[in-house]
Amino acid sequence: MAKELKIITDDLNFYYGEKQALFNISIELPAKEVTALIGPSGCGKSTFLRVLNRMNDIIDGTRSTGVVTIDGEDITGKDIDLVALRKRVGMVFQKSNPFPKSIFENIAYGPKIHGMTDKEELSALVEKSLTQAALWDEVKDRLGDKALNLSGGQQQRLCIARALAVEPEILLMDEPASALDPKATTRIENLIGELKGEYTIIIVTHNMQQAARVSDNTAFFYEGRLIEFGLTKGIFTKPANKRTEDYVTGRFG
Amino acid sequence: MKKLFTERVGIFFMRATTYLVVAVIGWILLDIIIKGIPGLSWEFLSTAPRRSGAEGGILPAIVGTVYLLLGTLIIALPLGIASAIYLSEYAQQGRFTNYVKRGIITLAGVPSIVFGLFGLGLFVIYLNFGASILSGSLTLACMTLPTIIVASEEALKAVPRSFREASLALGATKWETIKYNVLPYSVPGMITGSILAIGRAAGETAPILLTVAAFYLPRLPSSVYDQVMVLPYHLYILATQHPEAALIRDKQYGTALVLLLIVLGFNLIAVLYRRRFRKKYQWN
Repeated sequence: MAKELKIITDDLNFYYGEKQALFNISIELPAKEVTALIGPSGCGKSTFLRVLNRMNDIIDGTRSTGVVTIDGEDITGKDIDLVALRKRVGMVFQKSNPFPKSIFENIAYGPKIHGMTDKEELSALVEKSLTQAALWDEVKDRLGDKALNLSGGQQQRLCIARALAVEPEILLMDEPASALDPKATTRIENLIGELKGEYTIIIVTHNMQQAARVSDNTAFFYEGRLIEFGLTKGIFTKPANKRTEDYVTGRFG
Repeated sequence: MKKLFTERVGIFFMRATTYLVVAVIGWILLDIIIKGIPGLSWEFLSTAPRRSGAEGGILPAIVGTVYLLLGTLIIALPLGIASAIYLSEYAQQGRFTNYVKRGIITLAGVPSIVFGLFGLGLFVIYLNFGASILSGSLTLACMTLPTIIVASEEALKAVPRSFREASLALGATKWETIKYNVLPYSVPGMITGSILAIGRAAGETAPILLTVAAFYLPRLPSSVYDQVMVLPYHLYILATQHPEAALIRDKQYGTALVLLLIVLGFNLIAVLYRRRFRKKYQWN
């Protein structure tokens, strides 16, 4: 059965000024599955992630060549509506970064800037997002509290809820659990499992076990190149490439 | 042993210089407070001077100083904050922006008499505002702008990049991001820095001497085109130009104390304001 493809890149190159960070990346990411991006530090996996919502644009002097499409639409053009793109493609960062405001304000911020003003509608969306992020029960009685008073794991789930509140189709996660303790990490991983039926999730991780546990597909990056891409099962049991094997078995990285 | 001894001597000298500085400032303050308090009275604060300031109070100079500071604040704050936002958030960071920033820092060190002459040439004469509150405020605004811009830039830089990224990633535009998730956290720092800069301008004599200060004008101003008396200049006159200078120490010290209290009052407002906002938006 042919999978529905969400994101397709063709011969993508990416540059920070003179320095090339991605080389000829061609990859097809299926919809509503979890794809893990793995590879040693500086291999380009985070850069690749940030190409997908054009977050690299905020750095002066970056540019890309090649094609990146989401649902068949090229997103690399100069005149692309970044607001609309980033509404479709949400992002969760490595270090949880709630705004220094209340829990409610954190979640409601996205919908508000996209034009939602009705209080009841906002409240309903806040509840829905927090529920999706498995945080509602813990915070429902104190939505007015400062988000920064939550624990690290709760803050990261809050950031996931915040991203979900603008109702994206794709969720980019940049090492979302790397700063968390094992228990909080497990909760995030379970959450990813629950979300994948509804969202296309791309996750960057340094943790091999995590990639193996949460993802359906795995892409191995090395020195800016896509070395191998396939079903996670395959990558971890019988990788085709020697370097992939060395990396996933912990021989370097 | 020898190392330890050297260290002790070093620390001793550093401590001694610190105490010395504090002692000098304390001495000046105490001197002004002790000798100024006898000169303070309700009459001194609420009436106009008589006989060139040898009798009566300093109300017109207090009012003039406060008007001038408010004028400076109203002009310099929006301009300074707007420039800082542009420089740190929008301007492409490159050689040109760097030159502009360095130029601004250099301007902060330009002697105040130069600003005074600039104000005299541009506002008083060329734009024909005359010696007036308007000219004086504009001149002081030019003088304080560099400090306000630098302080505001620092305040903007202190906002973590992660807030901006989070906001942009949610599909906010750059301006929405700045408006909702950068400015609210940096405004306290901007205001504090600006108030401190303007408080310092309150004591300046050279710029206002050329653009607004009246030698002796014992009435209150009625418009921004009026000249006014101002405390620093009034103090200068009482202390050095007045025929009875040696006989009116109480007026001189009283004026100095009032000027000091106004400046300290400004600084106190800045500190309290910052403390209030720190509590509201604390992130580290």
